[in-house]
Amino acid sequence: MSETMYLIAAIAFGGLITLGLRALPFAMLAKLRKSKLVKSLGEWMPAGIILILAVVVLVGEFQVRGSNWWMVLVATAVTVAVHLTCRRRVLLSVAAGTACYVLLVNFF
Amino acid sequence: MTEKAPVKQEVRSGITDSLSVGIAIFPLGIALGILVVQAGLPLWVAPALSIGIFAGSVELLLVSMLASTVPLVTIAVTVFALNFRHVFYAFSFPLNQVRKGLPRAYSVYALIDEAYVTYSLMNRASLTSARILTGQLMMQAYWVGGGLIGITIASALDEPIHGFEFALAATFIVMTLDAIRSKRELPSAILAGLSVSVALVLYPANAMLAALLIFAVLLATRYAIAAARTRTGDHA
Repeated sequence: MSETMYLIAAIAFGGLITLGLRALPFAMLAKLRKSKLVKSLGEWMPAGIILILAVVVLVGEFQVRGSNWWMVLVATAVTVAVHLTCRRRVLLSVAAGTACYVLLVNFF
Repeated sequence: MTEKAPVKQEVRSGITDSLSVGIAIFPLGIALGILVVQAGLPLWVAPALSIGIFAGSVELLLVSMLASTVPLVTIAVTVFALNFRHVFYAFSFPLNQVRKGLPRAYSVYALIDEAYVTYSLMNRASLTSARILTGQLMMQAYWVGGGLIGITIASALDEPIHGFEFALAATFIVMTLDAIRSKRELPSAILAGLSVSVALVLYPANAMLAALLIFAVLLATRYAIAAARTRTGDHA
């Protein structure tokens, strides 16, 4: 298999699997739409899933930085502080936290 | 459904929705483009990944796997494990608001974390097909566009700038803060915090998937307890 064919096959495989994981649950849940359990789970899940995403991504970043773990901590604190003090403007908070992190990572 | 609202206004709302996550998607796209160049892969791989797969974290991981030509089976298993979380998104994503046919198919294909996070917490009544689709199309535009810019930057820079990936973490932190503002969301947040802590200790290699499975089990238990209480008339 040539390199080009390999790359195309790999991306096609990855795409089909991802699409399947996104589409099949909708097809299966369509029959269960009236179920109270499914309705409750639908209401309860988003806030928790976002928290899980945040924690897992942050932990990954801590691992990447190793002994410089404090950089992640500082950038996280900046993000939270800006968000809570500057009237919860998402763009501003994310930009401030990321800028802080980029500066720390590249200049320390 | 409020399909009567002018489409122009809905498109504008969709663009506004996309901006708050776009600030994370765009730099990550740049990071992807830079990685593709540094891994020595052909440049077309960056847009091909962003259109063919369109799942941020998996694409970043695949770059190094593709560069070392790992077997296709390994790629398939990795993508399956990393993207399995999307199975849970069907519970809450407002897909019913999106027009049937091609628009709905696109909405499912483009159901990235950021799209789920943006639209699952909004009031369904205020969501129209045009708004959701615009938001998702914009998110993909940031991602593909970022990748193309990343390729350009990497070809010009001798040493890349690190740390842009924090934008993803920052977005999720901010969205968590906003999601758990109301007391109603607190039980879910506590159960999720518990799940992710247990998962990180017991299954560090697959923490994301483990945390989501534990969380789903805990929520089902919560439902069972609530249902039992209602049956016995105990209004605790």
